[in-house]
Amino acid sequence: MALRMTGISKSFSGCRVLDGVSFELQPGEVHVLAGENGAGKTTLIKILAGVYPDYSGEISWDGERLKFKSPAEAAARGIVAIHQDLAQVPSLSVRDNLFLGRERTKAGLWMDYRAEAAEATAFLKEFGVEIDLRRPIGEYPVSVRQMIEIARAMIADAGAVIMDEPTSALNAVEVERLFAIIRELKSRNRGIVFISHRLEEIYRIGDRITVLRDGSRIGTEDVPALTPDRLFQWMVGRDVTGQFPPRTPSPGENVLEVRDFCVADPSRPARRAVQNVRFDLRAGEIVGIAGLQGSGKSELLNGLFGAYGRPPGGSVRLRGRPFRVTSPSASIARGMALLTNDRKRTGLVPEMGIVPNMTLASLRRFSSWGWMKPRREASSADGYMRALSIKARSLRQEVGTLSGGNQQKVVMAKWLQTEPRALLLDEPTLGVDVGAKHDIYRLLNDWTGEGKAILLVTSEIEELLALSDRILVMHRGRVVSEFKRGEAGRERIIQAAMGA
Amino acid sequence: MTLLRSPLFRAFLALLFVVVLGFIFNAGGSFLRWDTHRDMLRQISVFGILACGMTLVIIAGGIDLSVGSVLGFSAVLFALLSLRLGWPAGWAIAVSLAAGAACGLVSGGLIAKFRIQPFIATLAMMVFARGLAKFISGGQKISTAVLRPDGNYGYADAPAFFSFLNSKILGQNIAVVTLLFLLCVAVCGVILARLRWGRHIYAVGGNEEAARLSGVPVAATKLLAYGLSGFFCAVAGLCQAAQEVQGDPETGTSYELTAIAIVVIGGTNLLGGKGGIGLTFIGAMTIGYLEKILSINAVGEASRLMLTGAIIVGAVLFQKYRK
Repeated sequence: MALRMTGISKSFSGCRVLDGVSFELQPGEVHVLAGENGAGKTTLIKILAGVYPDYSGEISWDGERLKFKSPAEAAARGIVAIHQDLAQVPSLSVRDNLFLGRERTKAGLWMDYRAEAAEATAFLKEFGVEIDLRRPIGEYPVSVRQMIEIARAMIADAGAVIMDEPTSALNAVEVERLFAIIRELKSRNRGIVFISHRLEEIYRIGDRITVLRDGSRIGTEDVPALTPDRLFQWMVGRDVTGQFPPRTPSPGENVLEVRDFCVADPSRPARRAVQNVRFDLRAGEIVGIAGLQGSGKSELLNGLFGAYGRPPGGSVRLRGRPFRVTSPSASIARGMALLTNDRKRTGLVPEMGIVPNMTLASLRRFSSWGWMKPRREASSADGYMRALSIKARSLRQEVGTLSGGNQQKVVMAKWLQTEPRALLLDEPTLGVDVGAKHDIYRLLNDWTGEGKAILLVTSEIEELLALSDRILVMHRGRVVSEFKRGEAGRERIIQAAMGA
Repeated sequence: MTLLRSPLFRAFLALLFVVVLGFIFNAGGSFLRWDTHRDMLRQISVFGILACGMTLVIIAGGIDLSVGSVLGFSAVLFALLSLRLGWPAGWAIAVSLAAGAACGLVSGGLIAKFRIQPFIATLAMMVFARGLAKFISGGQKISTAVLRPDGNYGYADAPAFFSFLNSKILGQNIAVVTLLFLLCVAVCGVILARLRWGRHIYAVGGNEEAARLSGVPVAATKLLAYGLSGFFCAVAGLCQAAQEVQGDPETGTSYELTAIAIVVIGGTNLLGGKGGIGLTFIGAMTIGYLEKILSINAVGEASRLMLTGAIIVGAVLFQKYRK
């Protein structure tokens, strides 16, 4: 009664990305698929979901051989994938998205809106999601949209649901809700393939785990039987001592002094996303910001950087001098840098090479009288490639074709080139594999060692606890509590973030 | 394998394909003569100059539908100033070029400052500039024709600049307009490959939000791209006026389509962020040879249009799917 993939191999333009991989999914189990970016996880599940019809090896379900030519065919047989970039039409309503491609009709021609609405309402009630079915799905946060994708899989009566990093865009509370839904799916005897880079999640929700590395299967094991150290070793192929490098902070002078800071909600300017926030950030310090989605933590960073165009309220002093927030270019000139939480949309120019991406924020340094100095650019970029250990074929490789971790490092190099004093980092390890995460943690330590100040937003609480010298917790746009390193654990921070 | 993936090489293959067609259908050997090639270059030059500006605009993530009309307006303005009002060539040229650039800057301003979609803003400018051309000319062609005392029309001599623009130099081997086209290509090449502004153009077209957050002056980048496109339109307008020895308010109609076709057939991505002026130059040659081959083989206009459409699709598909 299982879904089996046997001896799956796949090459892209002569480059072998999967080499004889086998994978098995039992009904009612959560099977974690782990490995670094580029290990072949995504390729494997895309084969399973019918995205790549061209592969060698065999897929069978209950002993019956299957060969899908398209995702639609796989879905028709009950295998549904929920991808990272949700395949939804933002302008269509929640209901229309739920039934997209599976519209309920009368006589195969007329839309049966009433049947769709009834079915949708029933499903969403079961999942405990309360939303207006008629509103465009683009108005809802990613967490809700993901629930809709899962509901869609249930409407398709999927026997196997594949979730590719479903928690990467969710906060702690939303993760709990997702896990409740996953348990519900388990109890209905569905099989779930679960991909995550977050260790604690793997151990909380996984039943079995299969680790891939460089396109090969390293092993499959029951989750409780696999220690984190061995899991790391399987994934990375070398010993990683401890998940987080040790940190000895030495705060210096005040870099950022924020008082009564207010930011208007970019989508609804009448509302305030950040209200009367006050904090200091010192040189050599990492201040972490915790908060749920909509708490204003991301808006705080964007507002400080001047990303919204509209001037924020309150006062900011940068290294003792008053700083009027106007535009990104003005902020960069004064030594601020913002690493956004969505590198594809707001961080990289995917079709440009590594060099121009790295120098984009500091082009004045690499030109005189408007003329570019390509050699100076290339040698500087080359230095950062080494310093940040970025893996790429060459300096000219398009950044869109790099793995998530390496893309993130390119964005980091872009900001380092501007020689910033204050780094605003919004989810710096989002969608980054374990090895690269470890590199990034080390880099943050290096930078604070050089006297840079870091304001860090991350949804991974373990990461927040391990990296931050101080933690500010935001709730509905306000800073509601502040903790020193070691003062609060996971539970207290989640409680504070929920407004308790 | 990497060679086949290079856009420049693929554009070149498309050109080669058309040239091979020329050798096969050589119209009794006329394709093999040098002056056929020289004339092709002269005939495509005006379109090529428009395509240079179009390339910058498209790489910056926009489109300029107004190029044909701005060309017409500049041609009429130049004819009006130099033929009818008798301005010295230098002043007439300067004012016409400035007027073209101003048209582009207005489109650019609407797009960059008021965030009107490029398609809409330049569509409006296309209609407006055509109206402007008709307004300043009173709807009539402005030519050197003069009414003689005996009641007949005669033609006065056009100013020297007209015949210079319309002449061929280097032993009659290359037209002045072709040299201007090559100059425009060179200017765009320098902008895109060497100037900071060029880097801004690619970045804005590739990911506007990332560029803005990196401190790139997005509005100025766009404004200047449309401004330069308008300037190139005026350069093309002067050439057009010189070749026709008049300012025809209808001239340049639908030229924007040919300019876009040249950019696209060269392989520059209409979505922006990718492409180059070398591609556009090859694209101009491809379209030029195509037209030339069809005309020396005396293919009728109806079949010529249909074949051109089909071959554009074929060439683009060829570039896209060749592996």
